[in-house]
Amino acid sequence: MQAVQLAELLAQSPPGVAEAVEVVAGFDAALAGGLARLGPRHTEAVNALAAAVGASPLGTALADASAKVAGGAIGVPEMTALAGARAALLGAAHDALLARLDGALGRSRAVWEERPAEGEPVPANLLAAARSWLRELAIAGWLGVDEGLASAAEQAVEALWGEPRLRRLAVLLDGMAAELRVSSPVATMDRVPERRWADLWTRAVLLSHSGGWTGGTATVSGRLLPLGVDVHEHGTAVQAQLHAVLEPADGDGPVRLVRVAVSAAKVDTIVGPEVWKLLSAYPTLLAALAEHRSVNVAGMRLTAGGDLLWDEERAEAGEPADPFATARVRLPDAEAPAVAPLDRHPVHIAEPVLVEGYKVKREGTFDLGGQILAVDLDRLPPGGPLTERLVTASTACIGLLRWDAGRWSLQPLAVQSAVKKQPVAAHNGDWALGPTDPKVVKAQVRSGDPVAVLTERAGRLLRK
Amino acid sequence: MTSGDAGWEERSAVRVVPPLRPRKLAKVPFVELAEGRLQGVVSSGSDIARVYVSSIAAGTHNFSCSTNNNRPCAGAGGSRHCKHLKALIDEAVRQYGFDRVARYLKVDASEGDDLHFLLKGRLEKAPAAMVFSRFLRHLTYLQVPAVSEPLPEMHWFPAWKAVA
Ligand SMILES: [Zn+2]
Repeated sequence: MQAVQLAELLAQSPPGVAEAVEVVAGFDAALAGGLARLGPRHTEAVNALAAAVGASPLGTALADASAKVAGGAIGVPEMTALAGARAALLGAAHDALLARLDGALGRSRAVWEERPAEGEPVPANLLAAARSWLRELAIAGWLGVDEGLASAAEQAVEALWGEPRLRRLAVLLDGMAAELRVSSPVATMDRVPERRWADLWTRAVLLSHSGGWTGGTATVSGRLLPLGVDVHEHGTAVQAQLHAVLEPADGDGPVRLVRVAVSAAKVDTIVGPEVWKLLSAYPTLLAALAEHRSVNVAGMRLTAGGDLLWDEERAEAGEPADPFATARVRLPDAEAPAVAPLDRHPVHIAEPVLVEGYKVKREGTFDLGGQILAVDLDRLPPGGPLTERLVTASTACIGLLRWDAGRWSLQPLAVQSAVKKQPVAAHNGDWALGPTDPKVVKAQVRSGDPVAVLTERAGRLLRK
Repeated sequence: MTSGDAGWEERSAVRVVPPLRPRKLAKVPFVELAEGRLQGVVSSGSDIARVYVSSIAAGTHNFSCSTNNNRPCAGAGGSRHCKHLKALIDEAVRQYGFDRVARYLKVDASEGDDLHFLLKGRLEKAPAAMVFSRFLRHLTYLQVPAVSEPLPEMHWFPAWKAVA
């Protein structure tokens, strides 16, 4: 990324974004207090949300819902309409932000193609149980959540985990319930994460109707060149998401950006580098991360949203491939994927870029030709070697451009730096096959092997 | 720069659950602050097939220890903690940090105080079966197969840096 591109990205916020976010913020405050007994200010906020989508196909449903909610009635249809309107506003904000980003980077993006989903309908009773908890939350508001209400979803979540097609909802509700539990009683919190919890609630309401929207796939073959891996984690789930350039075999379309996500269930006592052990079902992928290799894929499924559905049987380790070389040579011309309609939320903006030639400022930002790029130094996964020190000593960085609360920032995935005048590189996925830093290996030995201990217990106690 | 606190309420991706510290799990495989108790499962020192279910109630600090088959632990009685309860407290502090454990149990204490000394409850039988079944449920997470379909919702849950 060049200074001039960064300048274009950081120039005044795209029109409409601040206004959309303001309406959302009003609704989020109403939700925090509970939708069952809205005061005048919050009634107005709900009406403003309805008015904002008044001209869209959601308009009628929202006019209806806001009138009912103002009268104190909040059922599943009202809750769903409100969640839909909130998602639509943030979807529009997402589009404006992504268009700005694509324009600044000169990145071309594929056009969305609806592909019919595969598979059978999901169990309706599990979705209904989830909706019923989400409705209770909406009625009580975050400020009315206590440990009892936070834990009321336990059985529903347990059942969701048993249904692979509802994994997304299981993971989301489990993560959300854990936050509410640890924050209970929420009324005593110093500050409430209003935007975040309203986001999670909205998302859960949408998922509680369809179960998911991954959609259909097309198959693709070619050479996959890793750029970097983004790691996501909460108490009971971990996901490693690789961003990579795919050079398709002849006739399989343009060189493009793709993602590969693998995930596993976990428990809260499995943390740091241990989490990689839970992904051991994907050895070729983990080796590509740890050893910086390309992977040859043959006939692997690719969604319209750019997610390659990893299949070890269709992957073969290739030659060494330096992610920084890929980022310099292949990334600038790679076509970015379209965004699935329901994934249009600013939190999903995670565009890989290469930044170099910057000066690191004292507060840890990158000064690129006078343009200041914020760097997210909190988002450095403990399962990898990246530290604040390595990032602030770096000379080149592969990262994800993200946007949150009105601000763009760079989430580092890999850095090159000079340590005692020797060039060194560190990547988030370097420890995918186990830590390579002797100090970390030692700490790991000290804390035993939690995955082995718990797996052994599970084998002994859960035997049918 | 670290993201700091500016605009915390307006952000989508913030850390809400405090990080847990890694600890050895062999002796006390399961600890939780839930259902108004510090509760968990402690391995028997002598019999690999046996575990103890130990718990301490928030507020009253009354405690309980028995095997998962509800046989009372001989070591706990009156106002005396057995070694399982002691191990439960130590491992909870290791996992959650002193403050979080003290706050949940409603102990008026500050870092450096001896929690064993401050928890002055009495033996009061609590249901071991419930806690044990929560432990089993905890273990079932390890048996859920990994998947390669994306979980877009996990973008709300970044892996945050370790806290020293
Ligand atoms: Zn005991």
